[in-house]
Amino acid sequence: MTGEVAVLGVGMHPWGKWGRGFTEYGTAAARAALADAGVDWRDVDSVVGADTVRGGYPGYVAGATFTKALGWQGARVTSVYAACASGAQAVAVARAQILAGLAEVVLVVGADSAPKGFFRPAGGDRSDDPDWLRFRVLGATNPAYFGLYARRRMAVHGDTLEDFAQVKVKNAALGALNPNARYRKRVTADEVAASAVVADPLRLLDICATSDGGAALVLTGMEFARRHGVAEPVRIRAVSTVTPRYPTTVLDLPDIATDSAASVEPAGGTFRASIARAAYEEAGIGPEDLSLAEVYDLSTALELQWYEDLGLCDEGEAAKLLREGATALGGRIPVNTSGGLASFGEAVPAQAIAQVCELTWQLRGDSGDRQVVGARVGITANQGLFGHGSSVIAVR
Amino acid sequence: MARIRTPVVAGWFTEDGDDFRLLGTRCSACASVFFPREDVHCRNPGCRGGGLDEVPLSTRGRVWSYTDGRYRPPSPYVTDPELPWEPYALIAVELESERMVVLGQAVPGVTVADLTVGMEVEVVPGVLHEDAETTWTTWHWRPTGAVK
Repeated sequence: MTGEVAVLGVGMHPWGKWGRGFTEYGTAAARAALADAGVDWRDVDSVVGADTVRGGYPGYVAGATFTKALGWQGARVTSVYAACASGAQAVAVARAQILAGLAEVVLVVGADSAPKGFFRPAGGDRSDDPDWLRFRVLGATNPAYFGLYARRRMAVHGDTLEDFAQVKVKNAALGALNPNARYRKRVTADEVAASAVVADPLRLLDICATSDGGAALVLTGMEFARRHGVAEPVRIRAVSTVTPRYPTTVLDLPDIATDSAASVEPAGGTFRASIARAAYEEAGIGPEDLSLAEVYDLSTALELQWYEDLGLCDEGEAAKLLREGATALGGRIPVNTSGGLASFGEAVPAQAIAQVCELTWQLRGDSGDRQVVGARVGITANQGLFGHGSSVIAVR
Repeated sequence: MARIRTPVVAGWFTEDGDDFRLLGTRCSACASVFFPREDVHCRNPGCRGGGLDEVPLSTRGRVWSYTDGRYRPPSPYVTDPELPWEPYALIAVELESERMVVLGQAVPGVTVADLTVGMEVEVVPGVLHEDAETTWTTWHWRPTGAVK
């Protein structure tokens, strides 16, 4: 088993559509995390920034951008990008530095300022870029891929539009309890059904929005946490950043085709399932040990897919798990107690960090009305464009 | 002036009279097939690498899943903002012999209501859009049971 690091502080800038720059959100989140940890900014040894591609050059060098905004103090700096998985990469770098003895106190920050409407590729004429090509050749937006997965589940597993709507109902009810969420109103299944179809069979309220927001963590060595007077901190026990195995068999964003499995037999299980499996193996636990999970519900149907990929139920049983109430607050394994992307919308580089914030509040017992009673073990799961796995297991 | 027919991406398909085929490449060492084509290195991690030869893909497959786009996609998808948006269906098609799934637009007029998972479709030539000098061509999927 790999060594553990302490989550000494967490902080967020509320998600929304605030219309300001990402630096402001990230810096606010960083200050909140430092205050939560009780750590002076000048005592931070290292800063790891999760980059954004929507903030010009400062976005590509987010680690330095946040460090400068907080006031240069000489810390070691790293900037990482892995699309939706950028936050997990940042956590992985911070953890490695701490476990290697290169740093004792590391600040992890991610923030984004999102455009209106569909995400689109960077400009120019780039016929060697799959992300550019899927828009140019097919007009295949992100929701188009979510629609493909949803329809596939309906055909193979018998999921219904009502099942998808109930995911939104569950997450909206939890988001209503979260002061950092962008959408804080409960939603009914009728409201989901009455919203416009975006990418058949998914409707507007099945699909996550794009948001502004920022999230930050102060990670430290276990010895530092004890010296700092925190005897039993929330600890990160595993970080999974695995890639797929050839040949891939599920059509993933932004690809136009899967690999061919004609000459090489695919490994057992999908890429998404392998992300969680790697995290479980590293942590030495299994899905039966979990108190809660934060998963990347880019769409309602995708949340159901994660239930199976995390091993919360068998393949094809996710809708049943949802209908039983197992994944609601008070159920056997509450999922997305934060309200999920359904309530936040996606602020790409901040999102995987925000998932760890939610685990931390839950494991500390600080989640107020959305508290999972007696939470001891939590997992996050996420996937970044172009084959970036992202999963964090935290314990207390 | 007649527009020149130009593939939206060079080398992904070939049109020779009635014979329209998607084009991939196949590794001469391990027989792995790639679409979109790989022309430099085989991506099979267990292969030491061979030459990559152009190979036509199966013309027919079965619907793995499908969806549509009810809102105008952003650039670089080309549309006329003066015209009302006309949704089109997207079909992910499983090719049996290649054991791979290939995404494409459905032929105009085929909507999600016409499709089911598992339905047989075939690849046909299509037009993505036209401008003053060029007809940009692409591939479309068409249900084999559709009226021609």
